[in-house]
Amino acid sequence: MTAMHRMTLAELVGGLSAGDFSSSELTRHFLDRIAAHDAQLNSFITVTEEAAMAAARKADEARAAGNAGPLAGIPLAQKDIFNTKGVRTSCGSRMLDNYIAPYDARVIEGFNDAGAVMLGKTNMDEFAMGSSNETSWYGAVKNPWDTERVPGGSSGGSAAAVAARLAPAATGTDTGGSIRQPAALCGITGLKPTYGRVSRWGMIAFASSLDQAGPMAPSAEDCALLLQAMAGFDERDSTCMNEPVDDYSAGLTQPIDGLKIGLPKEYFTEGLDSAVEARVREALKHYESLGAELVEITLPNSHLSAPAYYVVAPAECSSNLSRFDGVRFGHRCDNPKDLEDMYCRSRGEGFGDEVKRRILVGAYALSAGYYDAYYLKAQQIRRLISNDFAEAFKQVDVIMGPTTPTPAFRLGEKADDPISMYLSDIYTIAVNLAGLPGMSVPVGTVDDLPVGLHIVGNYWSEARLLNIAHRLQMDTDWHKQIPEAFA
Amino acid sequence: MEWEVVIGLEIHAQLRTKSKIFSGASTAYGAEPNTQACAVDLGLPGVLPVLNREVVRMATKFGLAIGAEVAQKSVFARKNYFYPDLPKGYQISQFELPIVKAGTLTISLEDGSSKEIGVTRAHLEEDAGKSLHEDFHGMTGIDLNRAGTPLLEIVSEPDMRSAKEAVAYMRKIHALVQYLDICDGNMQEGSFRCDANVSVRPKGQQEYGTRTEIKNINSFRFVERAINFEVQRQIDLIEDGGEVVQETRLYDPDRNETRSMRSKEEANDYRYFPDPDLLPVMIEPEFIDAVRKEMPELPDAKKARFQSEHGLSDYDAENLTATRDTADYFEAVLAELAGEAKLIANWMNGELAARLNRDGIDIQDAPVGAVAFAGLLLRIKDNTISGKIAKEVFDAMWVGEGSADAIIDSRGLKQITDTGAIEAIIDEVIANNPSQVEQYRGGKAQLLGYFVGQVMKASKGKANPAQVNQILRDKLSG
Repeated sequence: MTAMHRMTLAELVGGLSAGDFSSSELTRHFLDRIAAHDAQLNSFITVTEEAAMAAARKADEARAAGNAGPLAGIPLAQKDIFNTKGVRTSCGSRMLDNYIAPYDARVIEGFNDAGAVMLGKTNMDEFAMGSSNETSWYGAVKNPWDTERVPGGSSGGSAAAVAARLAPAATGTDTGGSIRQPAALCGITGLKPTYGRVSRWGMIAFASSLDQAGPMAPSAEDCALLLQAMAGFDERDSTCMNEPVDDYSAGLTQPIDGLKIGLPKEYFTEGLDSAVEARVREALKHYESLGAELVEITLPNSHLSAPAYYVVAPAECSSNLSRFDGVRFGHRCDNPKDLEDMYCRSRGEGFGDEVKRRILVGAYALSAGYYDAYYLKAQQIRRLISNDFAEAFKQVDVIMGPTTPTPAFRLGEKADDPISMYLSDIYTIAVNLAGLPGMSVPVGTVDDLPVGLHIVGNYWSEARLLNIAHRLQMDTDWHKQIPEAFA
Repeated sequence: MEWEVVIGLEIHAQLRTKSKIFSGASTAYGAEPNTQACAVDLGLPGVLPVLNREVVRMATKFGLAIGAEVAQKSVFARKNYFYPDLPKGYQISQFELPIVKAGTLTISLEDGSSKEIGVTRAHLEEDAGKSLHEDFHGMTGIDLNRAGTPLLEIVSEPDMRSAKEAVAYMRKIHALVQYLDICDGNMQEGSFRCDANVSVRPKGQQEYGTRTEIKNINSFRFVERAINFEVQRQIDLIEDGGEVVQETRLYDPDRNETRSMRSKEEANDYRYFPDPDLLPVMIEPEFIDAVRKEMPELPDAKKARFQSEHGLSDYDAENLTATRDTADYFEAVLAELAGEAKLIANWMNGELAARLNRDGIDIQDAPVGAVAFAGLLLRIKDNTISGKIAKEVFDAMWVGEGSADAIIDSRGLKQITDTGAIEAIIDEVIANNPSQVEQYRGGKAQLLGYFVGQVMKASKGKANPAQVNQILRDKLSG
């Protein structure tokens, strides 16, 4: 039998139901792998070993009793941005280092209902602000393909844990690329759903109008299984839409001949590493061989997406993070002199530099006299960007390009250069501004570092995106590759 | 110099919903601190607001009542500032696009004239919690039970020209929101409170003077006093060569003065922006039509009807429609006592009002309900008791001795209408006062009152006064 950590999620589901192994054995296996390897990666903030083993036993009992859920006994890692009842939920911040969540996020409820087992909470950039996982209060996460390099961010812990198979799959959240960029840099598959597809209830907000949770796993087929448990209407989130949920696994193998793939000319220009481009072009060629048609398109306002994003996201975060004031929960400074001192020192000590930078930028963009020039203008640009995509989807079915301009960069390389760091999300952020679904799929390596293909679809086209990604993965095995040190 | 006072009011009316504006927690008043604050009210990480549909209906009712346009699209915005009893670090309110647009309200003034006051807008927002400064040994306690309670903030135009007008406007809004059943109007519990914007300018000047805002006044009396104090302060300041500073002030009822709270420079930049957690509120015309159908009769219409249907005076009708509870009480009494509107009005505006006022209670809490009250008035109407005796009976009813009939029975207060019985008393009085009888018969007609008094005294007030008069006249002249 193949080692359990080398199996896909679908294979693990099959193995559990065939009785090849129990959830207790499976969960133990992954807990052991975390214990053995995570010191090198730092991909987990909290490992919930006891609770995981208890949940695994429960899943085994449920299966024996004949009422196993669709993910019964499957161990998963959860990004530490999701509230998990009774478990520390830190969001990668000193601010919440002492915070035990009193309730479960909707995403967690979904996995609990499906019978999944939580292995622990994964490391992330502080409050999901970062593209390298270097802003975490718990230290940087290392890329399993080269531990001198970053795994990407902000869902870097989830990406690294899955890439090293310390967990069969994980969750992430994506505000500007935080699922897709680390998925690309770690060689796994990640999907950011349409805004409103997955409830944000219990997911700690960074930028409310952009945040969306999604699956991160080796393959598209795995992502389909996870998304099934995550997607759906939730009346507790007013921005969650009551759209029918597709059966994401049902159409995975459908042929894609006649598929029109749009290639934005703006995405294949300077700034794109030529070797990365080569891997992307190879994948595109493969799609042609499957009967797809490549069409050059234009997204004329692409160059405005980063400036607009870095106004909207900080503006929303400056307000969202106001609740961390040392009054009711989270970090409070020692011996405050008075109220203002408590606010200043609690927040000064609790937040890291990148979070403070964005709060300042956002507060500035919203302040009297600047609102029209910044926030309002950014929202107008957002409309233009959405219109660009709407135009494009009149001509093509999906849009493809590189997920990131380069493979994983070195730890520390961009840590002191926020602008250069921000540009590593240059291809992904427009998708959040428009609220569209997007995926990153591994399509090869450059100097042994993974490269991701970015696939963007129209609203609510998650099933189609998974189908398109799966068709590629039926013929390639980039998604099956595991870094040697973790094989 | 002659000064003109300019006043605008921002009234906060707490909407009478069961649950909070963005969460399912109860809005009931007076619970143990922090027992009615759920995760959403506490602003825990990851929680999200969901709009209570009921507040939209209530705001729509208010908009219709003041003849305002109810916005087809309104937007919730975040008002950002730090305060310990503001859990999220922002208040969800409405800024650029409020739910109720401009409307008007007519107030009645003491001289009998009326005046139209403009309402600029009314918007929905959540209340903050409460900071408790006592009992915490130099620390501050926070009670978040009130956090998330729905408020309708009603902003007036600067149309009022005296403290009296401001009070009349505030009373009118107070009555209106209760008529609409969207606010309980309880000012002690803070369900209805206001901020007053006050400025003065030389009479005839077009531009407004610099205004100050007096925060959080929760009684009609204090509004009048605070404005009057503030007006005089501003006039004195200007006449002494000073300048009014734009600032927020607090009224201290104990010392009857306003004090500076914070200046414009210290004012927060609230960094308003649309709340990305809430979608714009879109109101369909069908919704507004449905609300229109459930609108109750409003005070002005009710007053007009009381005058035309029941022949009441302007004064009586005004008083009886001042609050919805008063009007409801009146109509409930009238239902028992058809055609006696004037008698009811006299007794409600006189004896009932005096007792309520004396005991400091509202009509809905009166110990004598409408039906019992009607029972009392019925006995006046059918001559069972006189008006004078009725007051005694009412007092007994007020302290819980039972119904009017029971009290009349047990105390033997039934009016004597038996001619024979009255004649017997009169004969005795005449026999006991021979000299007065002689004087009367000698032409001193004014002595009739003396005899009436003696007869009433002898009958313990129970003899029917009209009969007493008639029989006395007959016997004395005989």
